[in-house]
Amino acid sequence: MKKKVLALLLSAVCVMSLAVGCGSSSDKDADAEGSVYYLNFKPESDAAWQKLAKQYTEETGVEVKVVTAASGEYESTLTTEMAKSSAPTLFQCGNQAALDTWGDYCLDLSDTEVYKEMTTDDFNLKGENGEVYAVGYCYEAYGLITNKALLKQAGYEVSDIKDFESLKTVVEDITARKDELGFSAFTSAGLDGSSSWRFSGHLANLPLFYEFRDDGVTEQPAEVTGAYLDNFKAIWDLYINNATCAANEIATKTGDEAEAEFGQGKAVFFQNGTWEYSNLVTDEEKGFLMNAEDITMIPIYCGVEGEEESGLSCGTENCWAVNSKASEADIKATLDFMKWVVTSEEGTTMMAEQFGPIPFKSAKESENVFFTAANNYIADGKYVVTWAFNYTPNVEDWRAPVVSALLQYSANGGSWDDVKTAYVNGWATQYKAQ
Amino acid sequence: MKKKKNKPSAAAVNGHLVSRPIQRWFPLFMLPTFLAFCIGFIWPFIQGIWLSFCEFTIPQDAQFVGLKNYIKAFQDTGFRYSFVYTAGFAVVSIIAINVLAFTVAYLLTQNIKGANIFRTVFFMPNLIGGIVLGYIWSMIFDGILKKYGTFLLADTKYGFWGLVILMCWQQIGYMMIIYIAGLQSIPEDMMEAAKIDGASKWQTLWKITIPNVMSSITICVFLTLTNSFKLFDQNLALTGGAPVAFQSDGSMINTTEMLALNIYSTFYAGSSNRGFAQAKAVLFFILVAVLALAQLRFTRDKEVQQ
Repeated sequence: MKKKVLALLLSAVCVMSLAVGCGSSSDKDADAEGSVYYLNFKPESDAAWQKLAKQYTEETGVEVKVVTAASGEYESTLTTEMAKSSAPTLFQCGNQAALDTWGDYCLDLSDTEVYKEMTTDDFNLKGENGEVYAVGYCYEAYGLITNKALLKQAGYEVSDIKDFESLKTVVEDITARKDELGFSAFTSAGLDGSSSWRFSGHLANLPLFYEFRDDGVTEQPAEVTGAYLDNFKAIWDLYINNATCAANEIATKTGDEAEAEFGQGKAVFFQNGTWEYSNLVTDEEKGFLMNAEDITMIPIYCGVEGEEESGLSCGTENCWAVNSKASEADIKATLDFMKWVVTSEEGTTMMAEQFGPIPFKSAKESENVFFTAANNYIADGKYVVTWAFNYTPNVEDWRAPVVSALLQYSANGGSWDDVKTAYVNGWATQYKAQ
Repeated sequence: MKKKKNKPSAAAVNGHLVSRPIQRWFPLFMLPTFLAFCIGFIWPFIQGIWLSFCEFTIPQDAQFVGLKNYIKAFQDTGFRYSFVYTAGFAVVSIIAINVLAFTVAYLLTQNIKGANIFRTVFFMPNLIGGIVLGYIWSMIFDGILKKYGTFLLADTKYGFWGLVILMCWQQIGYMMIIYIAGLQSIPEDMMEAAKIDGASKWQTLWKITIPNVMSSITICVFLTLTNSFKLFDQNLALTGGAPVAFQSDGSMINTTEMLALNIYSTFYAGSSNRGFAQAKAVLFFILVAVLALAQLRFTRDKEVQQ
């Protein structure tokens, strides 16, 4: 008897636990109001988003929850959060790989008010039939951040640098007089994880961009040829041979070190993007209080024909997508919130402060000199080096071997062929694997 | 030994007035724990196995694909490589950790002055999390290797031995505590008898001490074996799988990537790979379970009943 009762009880528990597991598929509360759940991916802008969300709730009474994933953990956080019954209604979907993974969860935004507020389609991610799956809410530019004051001290002007040859001349002259001048040409090209993306992502974009331009690539290609890898090698060699540290020390150099070297005037050039502005100029946290007039950003030249006509590399991985599987009320609340962010006084102010000029009609001016530089190049009719790397299949898995091979080549007597293998074969492998 | 014949009083903890209701009602008391066990372990486990036969981005939208993921897993060179690499690491670290832990435990039970302080100090590394340890040791190794003009990620063997050193440093203290407990429970009279019979120290160690601490050895080998196979944080933080080796067919292998890390990186490599990673994880579970059971049986046979 006792055993029977026990068996019955245990099996009841088993069934119950199954029921608990399955029960989550039922519809959640039909809250007519709807609420917003934004899964933010930039830890540095978390505080600003929290503040903005609070303001919005005070004004409209609509609840806005902002959660920020830890740095580098966005994909895993998103996977977990999306599986919950109260999934994010607004999330980041910034490149081809993300669109391949999350496309089924992205709402077509083409008929929404927030989309109609946009000034350009350049930064949006679209589906095969022109559906707007993700809208780029800000853009960024990167290039060689240049310390004009130091450059002058070495006897040059920014205008002296027009292409790879002139850059090389200036850089090698600075290296030759390194001890006398007291600074180097480049900051350390660190290949520590905190810095390697500058090269496996941003620098490697140059050969990708020119190759795709030649071949007229408009969607993710299954293979790349590496036609411009010699140019990549040329600029990379220039980086590692004219830096603040020896080439065999780059394995452990971090992004913060490179930033500090530039911030403290130990190097003239620092390859990075517009987002560095506040770190270099302000006194926030680790700010270096540089003079905004002393710094500017120039294109990265790598010896491609006609490159004197190139501008900065502009693009974005900051794209909003709305969860198509959220309830209608939540979707509406989310779209309203997005519109408010890009049109209201509070919203546009915050966006200008955090993200620079945003591609929306009511955008505010930004004081970031790097964006000024980017816009000047465009105004001068130079072409924009777009972010071809947004096509990268399995981004992290493609980049890691490239970094590894670059490291072997630079610091361990490895062959450049391995970089080529990682770059070309790696692309094909990851394309198939994704 | 004298056996106690006197019955316990009815109201004692093991008396029938107390034990009957416990016997009758224990399912009720077990219920919360059992429920938690089902929700937190059994259900996810079953779901995990189910997902290994599916393709999915999030678990709710799984599409059944049959054995495809398993076929892919067996064909994956990276997975096979990480299996061999993990096995190699397990062998080396099991031997190193247990020999060293036993030695330290043996020395610290020889009435050395300050033995307690040493025990505490040796145990301390266990209290630090794996990720932190990985980063700290990567700095230490890089600092040392810099003197020789190289660095941790330069060569697979640096990553391998680096991880062995790290794991030894972390686990020796823990295993030492288990060995000390084992060593202290060896009956004095046995040692004395051995001494009287004229056994040398070496003979005592092999014929008396080791057979008597066999149960501790079982536990420690079991722990180090499963720890080595399941190792993840330290692997991720120390090398993250680098450096990469290029195969003739164009594929690439992360040469210091162990099984768990391989599964993890597969999972986040695009949505079509999640079921694939899940299948690897199920294989991984079977492997660890089989190894652990086999090992347990093997060492159990050698234990001495005291």
